[in-house]
Amino acid sequence: MASILKKLGNTDRRIIFILIALSVILPIIFKITFPNPVGAEPSRDMFEYIDAMPSGSDVLMSFDYGPSTMPELQPMAIAIATHLLRKDINVVCMALWPEGASLAQEVMSGVADSLGRTQYEDWCNLGYKTGAGIMIVRLGSSMKAVFPADRDNLPWEEIPMLAQISDLTSFDLVITLSAGDPGVPAWVMMAGDRFGVPVGGGCTAVSAPQFYTYLQTGQMVGLLGGLKGAADYETLVGIKDGTAIEGMAPQSVAHLVIMLFIVIGNVAYFSEKKKGGRR
Amino acid sequence: MNWEILGIWLGAGLTLCLYSFLYRDNPFYKFAEHLFVGMSAAYWVIYSIENVLIPNWWQQMFPAGGGFNWVWIFPGIFALFMLARIIPKTAGLSRMALGMIIGTGAGLNMVSFFQTNAMAQVKGTIISVSSGGVWIIFSNILLVVGVVTGLVYFFFSKAHTGIVGKTANVGITILMIAFGASFGYTIMARISLLIGRCQFLLEDWLPTIPRLLGLGG
Repeated sequence: MASILKKLGNTDRRIIFILIALSVILPIIFKITFPNPVGAEPSRDMFEYIDAMPSGSDVLMSFDYGPSTMPELQPMAIAIATHLLRKDINVVCMALWPEGASLAQEVMSGVADSLGRTQYEDWCNLGYKTGAGIMIVRLGSSMKAVFPADRDNLPWEEIPMLAQISDLTSFDLVITLSAGDPGVPAWVMMAGDRFGVPVGGGCTAVSAPQFYTYLQTGQMVGLLGGLKGAADYETLVGIKDGTAIEGMAPQSVAHLVIMLFIVIGNVAYFSEKKKGGRR
Repeated sequence: MNWEILGIWLGAGLTLCLYSFLYRDNPFYKFAEHLFVGMSAAYWVIYSIENVLIPNWWQQMFPAGGGFNWVWIFPGIFALFMLARIIPKTAGLSRMALGMIIGTGAGLNMVSFFQTNAMAQVKGTIISVSSGGVWIIFSNILLVVGVVTGLVYFFFSKAHTGIVGKTANVGITILMIAFGASFGYTIMARISLLIGRCQFLLEDWLPTIPRLLGLGG
């Protein structure tokens, strides 16, 4: 037994890599899905807040991420955009990250086409602007001054859905999909606390624990944390074949494998320590 | 072969090159790493010129309707100061530009940051521990105990012995639970990225192989 534990404790890291890879690949190949019950979680708060908004409301959606965090944030963006456009809510997109503007276009054109919504009437993409928090403060006094034209250089005056928008306070909700800085903290700080606009959004799992404090204080109306948050929203919106729901099975299996190795590593360590070996 | 399939194959090849590092360092990994760094730098230069410099500065100085806004010369000069670091004799000029960036950022953020991340959080811990349902009362008590004991742990002016030591032990236990939750979330994030790559390889790249071999699909 002791020799087995010793061998397990000295397992080659490459074997662990292979097992983790298999734990992710096999559920994808065999299309295994696990049920994803959504309890009283921040993702439900977010869903219910949007669900209670009347048709014709205006939402500013900021794509503050790049391709490196797409697996987590793109499914959130698709699910939220689907929910907003289904409810006939006007969506104005922008980005604090340069690549976010292209990702916004990809998400919005895909969702809008599937729901029969029209660009410039139901949604538009203002593109990327540098400056982060300082730029958000400027949005608080004039949106048009910061974005005189949209991503495709169409002047502000020629976009019908922007006729009723003057500054940040024109929006009923700001949604940020954030992979780091600038992202959630800048929007909560400037749009939420400074201009009093409700802020909600989603973030990568790494940063979720840091942002949960904004929920307890009421500085955010809801938050989707990582792939689980995205899967929750897909479930609530009723997206059956979403990539986040599909990703939760490999996620769960990989977690089980990691937990198993943590237990094995600890048992091997303490048994060796008991024998007076490694300390 | 169309451009889309070429892009998928390039993405798949580079993904596999990068993952080959998990076995050991090798030339394929080095190639992909250097390609990534080089292309990122080139992409950022072009993107910054196209999306930052031209619309935010050049088009403001020379508006589409004609004319010349001379005031926009000053931001241009400050931008050049940033590049002055390249020449040792003029490196000091960059401090002026940096000073302006840091000063503006600090001025705008100081009050907002304190209000959002300190005052609002402190206010959030001043809560009733006697109203609401059982679960809410339990959560509120746990929150207050967690904050107070956590703060005691970081209070080093008094030796951590006796009641202070026991309170600090509760504080460090709660901190460890919080770190454990963060660790769990970090694993979830990293596995999510692996899932994203595996979905790409299995669902986007693999189906192109039979198509290229003329086997349909």
